[in-house]
Amino acid sequence: MSEHILWFEKYEESHRPRVGGKNASLGTMTRAGLPVPPGFAVTTDAYQTLRNHTELRTEVRQLLEHVVFADPVGLREISTHVRKLIEQTPLDPGVEAAVREAYAVLSERCELDDTPVAVRSSATAEDLADASFAGQQDTFLWVTGADAVVENVRRCWSSIFTDRAIAYRHEMHHDHEVISMSVGVQKMVDPRTAGVAFTLNPMTGDRTQVAIEASWGLGEAVVSGEVTPDNFLVDKVMREIVGRVISPKDIEYRLTDARHVEKVDVEPDRRMVPALTDDEVLAVAAMARRAERHYGCPQDVEWALDRHLPEGENVILLQARPETVWSRKEIKPITSERYDPMRSIVSTLVAPIHSHGR
Amino acid sequence: MAESRFPSPFDIETPPGAEGWEELYTYSSLFSEGRRQWEDSRFWFWDSMHWGWPMSPWDASHMEYAIAALGQYNTRHYLVPPANGIDYRILLGVPYFSPVTIEDGATIEARVPQFMERAGHYFMNWDELYESWLGKVKANIAELEAIDFSPLPEVEPVEVVTEGRGYGSGWRLQEQYHRFKDLSFKVWEYHFEFLNLGYAAYLDFFGFCKQAFPDIPDLAIAKMVAGIEVDLFRPNEELKILARKAMELGVAEAFDGDDPAAVERALDTDAGRQWLQAWDAVENPWFNFSSGTGFYHYDKTWIQDRKTPYGFIRDYINQLRAGEDIARPMDAIVAERDRIVTEYREFLQTDEDREAFDGKLGLARTVFPYVENHNFYIEHWSMSVFWRKSRELGEMLAKEGFIHEPDDLYFVKRDEVDELLWDMCSAWSIGAPPAGPTHWPPIVERRRSIVSALKGAKLPKALGEPPRVVTEPFTIMLWGVTSEAVSQWLGAAEDASEFSGMAASPGVAEGPARVVFNADDIGDVQAGEILVAPITAPSWAPVFSKIKATVTDIGGVMSHAAIVCREYGIPAVTGTAYGTRDLETGDMIRVDGNTGKVTKL
Repeated sequence: MSEHILWFEKYEESHRPRVGGKNASLGTMTRAGLPVPPGFAVTTDAYQTLRNHTELRTEVRQLLEHVVFADPVGLREISTHVRKLIEQTPLDPGVEAAVREAYAVLSERCELDDTPVAVRSSATAEDLADASFAGQQDTFLWVTGADAVVENVRRCWSSIFTDRAIAYRHEMHHDHEVISMSVGVQKMVDPRTAGVAFTLNPMTGDRTQVAIEASWGLGEAVVSGEVTPDNFLVDKVMREIVGRVISPKDIEYRLTDARHVEKVDVEPDRRMVPALTDDEVLAVAAMARRAERHYGCPQDVEWALDRHLPEGENVILLQARPETVWSRKEIKPITSERYDPMRSIVSTLVAPIHSHGR
Repeated sequence: MAESRFPSPFDIETPPGAEGWEELYTYSSLFSEGRRQWEDSRFWFWDSMHWGWPMSPWDASHMEYAIAALGQYNTRHYLVPPANGIDYRILLGVPYFSPVTIEDGATIEARVPQFMERAGHYFMNWDELYESWLGKVKANIAELEAIDFSPLPEVEPVEVVTEGRGYGSGWRLQEQYHRFKDLSFKVWEYHFEFLNLGYAAYLDFFGFCKQAFPDIPDLAIAKMVAGIEVDLFRPNEELKILARKAMELGVAEAFDGDDPAAVERALDTDAGRQWLQAWDAVENPWFNFSSGTGFYHYDKTWIQDRKTPYGFIRDYINQLRAGEDIARPMDAIVAERDRIVTEYREFLQTDEDREAFDGKLGLARTVFPYVENHNFYIEHWSMSVFWRKSRELGEMLAKEGFIHEPDDLYFVKRDEVDELLWDMCSAWSIGAPPAGPTHWPPIVERRRSIVSALKGAKLPKALGEPPRVVTEPFTIMLWGVTSEAVSQWLGAAEDASEFSGMAASPGVAEGPARVVFNADDIGDVQAGEILVAPITAPSWAPVFSKIKATVTDIGGVMSHAAIVCREYGIPAVTGTAYGTRDLETGDMIRVDGNTGKVTKL
């Protein structure tokens, strides 16, 4: 296979700079047997063919030289222009052939003519703890057919030049060319329910718990904050649900017949139904815990529960990354002095004891 | 609408027919004008976990012995810094308790060094002291067994004269009764010798876990500590062995019927007799096991009435026939306990924390065999002997005509029996008629009808001023009376369709409720039902293999009910306060042992 494509199951740590943070993590998970949907990365080598396009490169550089950062409208116009240029530039024939072939293989594996896929950008600067570019690159869902995949690879490349990304790099004094772009192409799951899971309690930092947010349909509704998701807390050790808040879930994103994503109202009688059964909550928690053990630090996990896969195999890990808020805090010890049994019992007896009845 | 305080003890109405109930109990156990100011300013909760039904005068003695002994160790032996004892009152036949906390910081501070010295001695020498405790309790049981309530002889044996003994059978009978009272009180002195300290060590570990892992389920902590080989489980294990033995000997069919007499007729074969011998070999002490709490005269032990244990054996035989494994999966239980400990420990971040965790867990495990086993040695074995001796006394008094039925004894107060025996002995000495045979029967009859009228009383869960916050450790630990529980009692609506308690054993189950008020009805429980009871006794354990879940009115996560429920892996919600009031047999309910919620469907 060409150097332009890397299947997730072939991923090794040395590939990281060529596939970006997101794809590297999908590759690592696949290698670790964590349940991510199958797929491949279009590597930065492929993106390099675009950079090697001398004419395009000159044109883009000239356009960017004229940016006035105090003028957002002007910035947006230049961004649009740059992105159009990139999207209209034909793919390098080698890259295009490799992408089409890989997509065909993927579809075959899924026993579909044209499997719907998610096409996501995976910038190599992304996910660095000190310079997060999260949310500044695009994700295209339910992309179906080789032509559409090829087109969306170009759109991912062009997303390096959104107005926000340009402004951000300017502010951080990064050269535009330090960023390179890989693209992930991954089988689309059809989520009945999706959401996020933290392998610690985001409210308290308690690492004995997994916090799960879940809502109907695709996870975008949860990530974007458009619905108040159901909330579950699971004790990692006892493997039991220790907290739950079921909220009205008014909208969901789902796949239409035309294989497009649309936002629809949830039928009233389904809004207060928990988006996960108790067994599913525990399955999601167990999966998040595996991810945490695998990476050796608290994780922030995106997951989905596929509509069609059988029970027990339907929890899909979409993405995992290190939790950054609590992980950076200094850990306070519980005991400040050396353990002395009697002193300890005396303080226990003297201090009020509260049992939460859990 | 939540109330701001519970009813005053002085405003509770006596149900019709129960007028004059106060005469059944010691004067010091009643609410009274003399102490009204103190009593009205306090918080009192009904211990329906142990005493869910009106007590007869005789039965009330044990409540008084127990609660006095509990307090004594806090107040006078160990000087538990912030807690004296638990005050008690009897109202309409049931006990209400009020923890006596020490509020004054200087007093608490002054007690600390004494507590450290005294309690420290126990913690340091725990295993040795526990061994010696077992010896003392068994000796006390043997002394109780030796009490002789034989009737007075027509003529003293000639040896009394030839040996020049110098005192008679009347004196001896009274002496035996005094001794009986003293030994019975001693049962409860021993009961509390270690218990509060055991709870303190447990709470110390509990508190640490709650601090380290704020939302850790209570039962995770319990599981880390709980004993594996525990004498309290032994009676049930012996029944399993007997069930297997019945299969081996080919006498399993004998247990198909419900009537113990029929079972024994069917066992009248060589193989059957062999089985009965196997029963006899373990009966003492293991079947000195009450089918109830062991606190009421009508609770029956397995020795006394084999209907309950035979029923359990039948259930086990059926499980064996269906090819099920009835053994406790010991290796799995140990492995699970160790997994839980290891995984929580991994979340601790510093060496100091790990050292404290290990130390506290170690101490909690040291004290725990006592915490679990005392229940067998005291509530079951010692109390079984106490009730056996009480019956002998009742039989003798009935034979002598002082009461009509042996059970009438239970309607006489313990100190009134002194007067009764004096009457009997002095009349016997003089050779003239005693007053008792006409004096006691009408009193007993009146008291019987009062107790039965008291059963109709609708009693509040608590009385008086709700506490700002419940901090008394034993009240929380044993009774599950927390600040949260108290505010829930205040807010509890009548006939609520959803209520909550302590999540004492995890899992969710739905099914029809079976409300069981006492051991006699335990046989009615059908497979797949949810047991709803004021409290479940450990001796009900075998029923857990066929029910789906348990709901109790009172009890914390370390109550006897909770321990046994977890052992059987079925959901339990304890301490709901009103489960038996708000549910009826046949109601479809959902029990969520993860959240502590009970919902009527």
